[in-house]
Amino acid sequence: MNLGISLQIAKTHLLTKKRQTLIAMLGVTFGIAMFIVMISVIKGVNKFLEDSALDSSPHIRIYKEITSNHPSIIEEAGPSDFNVIYHQLPKNELINIKNGLQIAANIEKEPAVLGVSPQISSQVFFNKGPVPFSGQIAGVDVVKEDKLYDLKKRIKSGNIESLLSTPNGILMGKVLARNLNVKVGDKITVTTPTGNLKLVKIVGIFGFGIQTVDGVKCYANMSMVQEILQKDKSFVTDIHIKMKDSQAALTYAKILKNQYGYKTQDWAEANSAFLAGDKIRNGMVIMVSITLLVVAGFGIYNIMNMNVINKMKDIAILKATGFAGKDIVSIFLIQSIIIGILGALLGIIIGFCLSYLLSSMPFDAGDFLDIKTFPILFEPKYYGLGMIFGITTTILAGYMPARKASKIDPVAILRG
Amino acid sequence: MNFDTYKMNKIETISSPLGQSNGSVGGLVLQASNINKYFYEPEKFQVLKNISFEANRGEFLALVGKSGCGKSTLLYILSTMDTDYEGTLTMNGQRLTGRTQDQLAAFRNEHLGFVFQFHFLLPEFTVLQNVMLPALKLGKYSNKEIEERAYQKLKLVDMQDHALKQSAKLSGGQQQRVAIARALINDPSIIMGDEPTGNLDKKNSEVVFEIFKQIAHENNQTIIAVTHDPDFAKGSDRIIEMSDGQIVS
Repeated sequence: MNLGISLQIAKTHLLTKKRQTLIAMLGVTFGIAMFIVMISVIKGVNKFLEDSALDSSPHIRIYKEITSNHPSIIEEAGPSDFNVIYHQLPKNELINIKNGLQIAANIEKEPAVLGVSPQISSQVFFNKGPVPFSGQIAGVDVVKEDKLYDLKKRIKSGNIESLLSTPNGILMGKVLARNLNVKVGDKITVTTPTGNLKLVKIVGIFGFGIQTVDGVKCYANMSMVQEILQKDKSFVTDIHIKMKDSQAALTYAKILKNQYGYKTQDWAEANSAFLAGDKIRNGMVIMVSITLLVVAGFGIYNIMNMNVINKMKDIAILKATGFAGKDIVSIFLIQSIIIGILGALLGIIIGFCLSYLLSSMPFDAGDFLDIKTFPILFEPKYYGLGMIFGITTTILAGYMPARKASKIDPVAILRG
Repeated sequence: MNFDTYKMNKIETISSPLGQSNGSVGGLVLQASNINKYFYEPEKFQVLKNISFEANRGEFLALVGKSGCGKSTLLYILSTMDTDYEGTLTMNGQRLTGRTQDQLAAFRNEHLGFVFQFHFLLPEFTVLQNVMLPALKLGKYSNKEIEERAYQKLKLVDMQDHALKQSAKLSGGQQQRVAIARALINDPSIIMGDEPTGNLDKKNSEVVFEIFKQIAHENNQTIIAVTHDPDFAKGSDRIIEMSDGQIVS
């Protein structure tokens, strides 16, 4: 098959019908541009959410799980007997990790581990005036916690060093602080679930940019939290671990669970809602992209079909002078492919420009997310994908008219 | 395409029933035997009845007859574009009946030239490109040689000055001359015309007739033309008259 001659004929056809060519091209361009913009936005949002969720949550959290589903003494004594136990209640057990500080020290020695922060965490009420605000207090070694979560960067006012020098100081999430109408230097009463009260001083306000953290969380010194909960100096309830590689956490969590016998939760499990959202958004991108490309494909199909009908005489003459069916197919398919390549290229350029504009557009997500502009991901992979999509669509859409052209019976047309 | 050509050459060597070579002067170039053709719409109707005839190299044949006698139908069967017939068709010593469309296309490209009533040039291309296309398809010569040959053929029909014009911008007579140049580009052994002067004025008809005559007698190429023009027919070497799907003389 002589492709050179087919290419030459295809080129001439395209250039003599410039407007038609342009319209067919714009269909592809629009489809690809929208695909690029959408995938950049969605992937950007996904990455942003994942990053912020990962930043503010540990890669692995070790804690003790309290359940009421534990074997009773009777069952342990006679496992083969028929025992019926009604209304089993949880045992009164401590929620602490035994030897927690020692475990944390051991884990920290692992080379794959970035940092470990043992902590004592509890639900509390903050009282200012008559209304109690529920929140969560975490007693931490603030230096270790800083290593894990980069606390210094997240401080909006005050500083973390003053927590070290103030035994009854706390760092408060910015949304909680705003709801309580307190600022650095103010004092506030903390009530524990068991009813102990303590007057604490706010030494800093932080913001992770995630409402579920900023609206409830407070940091305090470990010793103070142990004191208000009336626990000893080695009492820790959680161990937070950050790995050097977040993927390694998934397997390391299982190892830790087997090693120490406590419940471990990795970041994927903790953020499964976020990750499910990712999947839904990705699915949406694919569906909308396919719709756009199908529309573009129909556009090309229509235009190529018209083209073939207009060129019936030419096709007949080409066949009469010795062009075979596959030559005719290649003439019209090449036109579609050229339209596809040019359209997709233009679409990629426009898609990039639009994404770039969008990435500099101010976007106020309120307290829910701490962002100033649209999070856009510029990933060459998706541009390549757009190109492949565009060309595939045009080939599929162009093939049917091209085949139809090759099937034209020259005699019927030449005889008139 | 190479594969097809190869296959065809093979067929040629095996089945040359009359044992002629392509270059034989005055030899048999076309043989149609017992051609029958039916139309099925609106009802079955026999258009061609047992047609057999032969054409020699360098012969100028005119196919005449009343409208509906089947002369155009016969021409399109001879052209190899219509394959729905009974009987056998042999050209240049090659049996063409039963070949695939693509093989026939390759055969047409190399051995047949066509001139139609309505010129049928590709309007987007220049005169030169129109003439060059079948040769580019054949791919026997380099592009430069093809261009030279195209100019030669255009000179033969006195159109060399219009070579770079858009073919749609030419007059009817000029377009027909370009179409003849295109038919000649691959030096085919047979040139077929479907009322080649049917759409031309008297002067242009004469020009086309003279060119045909020159091709047949000087280049030794066979011409088979369907015509209604009595002057055109009278000037030919042999007139085949058809009536009701049969050759009457």
